[in-house]
Amino acid sequence: MDRIYMDHAATTPLDERVLEDMMPFLKENFGNPSSAHFFGREVRKALEKAREKMASLLGATPEEIYFTSGGTEADNLAIIGSARALRNRGNHIITTSVEHHAVLDTCLALKEEGFEVTVLPVDQYGMVDPNDVREAIQENTILLSVMYANNEVGTIQPVEEIGKIARENNILFHIDAVQSVGNLPVNVEKLSVDLLALSAHKFYGPKGVGLLFIKEGTGINHLTHGGGQERGKRAGTENIPGIIGMAKAMELAYSELEEFVPRMEALRDRLIHGCLEMEEVKLNGHPSQRLPGNVNVSFEYIEGEALLLSLDFKGVAASSGSACSSGSMNPSHVLLAAGMSEQTARGAIRLSLGRHNSMEEVDYVLQVIKESVDKLRSMSSIYQGKGER
Amino acid sequence: MYNEKVMEHFNNPRNAGDMENPDGVGEIGNVRCGDITKVFIKVNEQGIIEDIKFRTFGCGAAIASSSMLTEMVKGKHVDEAVKITDIEVADNLGGLPPQKLHCSNLAADALKAALKDYQDKQK
Ligand SMILES: Cc1ncc(COP(=O)(O)O)c(C=O)c1O
Ligand code: FES
Repeated sequence: MDRIYMDHAATTPLDERVLEDMMPFLKENFGNPSSAHFFGREVRKALEKAREKMASLLGATPEEIYFTSGGTEADNLAIIGSARALRNRGNHIITTSVEHHAVLDTCLALKEEGFEVTVLPVDQYGMVDPNDVREAIQENTILLSVMYANNEVGTIQPVEEIGKIARENNILFHIDAVQSVGNLPVNVEKLSVDLLALSAHKFYGPKGVGLLFIKEGTGINHLTHGGGQERGKRAGTENIPGIIGMAKAMELAYSELEEFVPRMEALRDRLIHGCLEMEEVKLNGHPSQRLPGNVNVSFEYIEGEALLLSLDFKGVAASSGSACSSGSMNPSHVLLAAGMSEQTARGAIRLSLGRHNSMEEVDYVLQVIKESVDKLRSMSSIYQGKGER
Repeated sequence: MYNEKVMEHFNNPRNAGDMENPDGVGEIGNVRCGDITKVFIKVNEQGIIEDIKFRTFGCGAAIASSSMLTEMVKGKHVDEAVKITDIEVADNLGGLPPQKLHCSNLAADALKAALKDYQDKQK
């Protein structure tokens, strides 16, 4: 069997149809959209068309869409930009212990500017309790940042309910929806959200481009100083091929959602059940409220890193939680937040499915996992089971 | 992240498993990451380490280091084996990534513990 990619939560391959739309903007349509001449005007037109398309898919207006270099920058702009803008109203921010570092570390960095940060706990499935959100709100709370779906364990947060709480209390609500487009319906009106971050490379678009939805009337300070692009919110010449590609990728993600989700869920459930049939395995994340392509399991007595290497050797690409933390020896902050012991957290691997995966691949991967787990356990110093020689 | 030699030892570990009636056993846990290596040795009357086995709960570097260590130790006299350092283990593997250097401690320390256990039993 060929190499098998099951790390779509880290990034996805570029869709052919997306590349096709991008090509002219990598070649002949190279103008700067801020230029007055026709090279620029032509590109400006395409840029605004892409903006309109994405706005309409998201249920926003074009004026509410701001392009960035990806999810990380969108999260930073949302959190730092709004916190600074609201500094005179209050200095308290609420977020959760399972956020991506693009959110968590950004909130914590604001402590240096005198902000107070409450990091909410989660239950054993990695889910936030809306009641905890309610209780954490103080008079000086200005911002609430909760992810839509978790990148490591796939747990989908009750963001609609949390959004209501934010609105009742007149607090800005930011959603990191980077893992959501293509996997879940994302509509800013339904979510009653003020700020929402997206990244194209998670839904078969190009890397290095994303967007921040900023609800009309929401004041946020810009972070980059320069040419005043994106209505002053994000200076710097726009990544035109990237933005054009993101628009196409988003269009496809929305139109194919209905077909995609059940197909992924069927693969996911087969993979989960196959893993759980092995001994001393635990499913991480929520049993039902989870991303359609996310599988995250802990195998006792072995380390996730060793298991990944072993899978990699057999041509299967998986991850230990988040691409950014591989190579570090710290167990996942998400699994620890969900109350898992360090030892069990170390045995976790994530397989995230995508468009090109098949049942056949799932069955092959299950066989490879079983072989690898058995082998690693047979030489593990803490395993006493029947794998012993 | 790892070089070919490390991967080769990881994928085909030498001397992994248990030993019946070992002459010395050492078990060491790594305080930094919680990983654990166990080393078993069989020593003959001349003080030569005739057989060595390991079991490791740990990362790829820890498993490869354990495997490499057993290769380095087999056939050596206990007085020589005790001198083997974690740095030599890592060097013999062609180097480890900086954040993984501590992983080679495990195997080297577990061997030292096994040698001490053997010597204690001799008394
Ligand atoms: C939930 C979440 N937020 C933010 C990011 C960062 O996005 P980007 O890679 O586009 O900077 C990622 C992906 O890495 C993610 O999964
Ligand atoms: S990370 Fe613990 S031994 Fe390598």
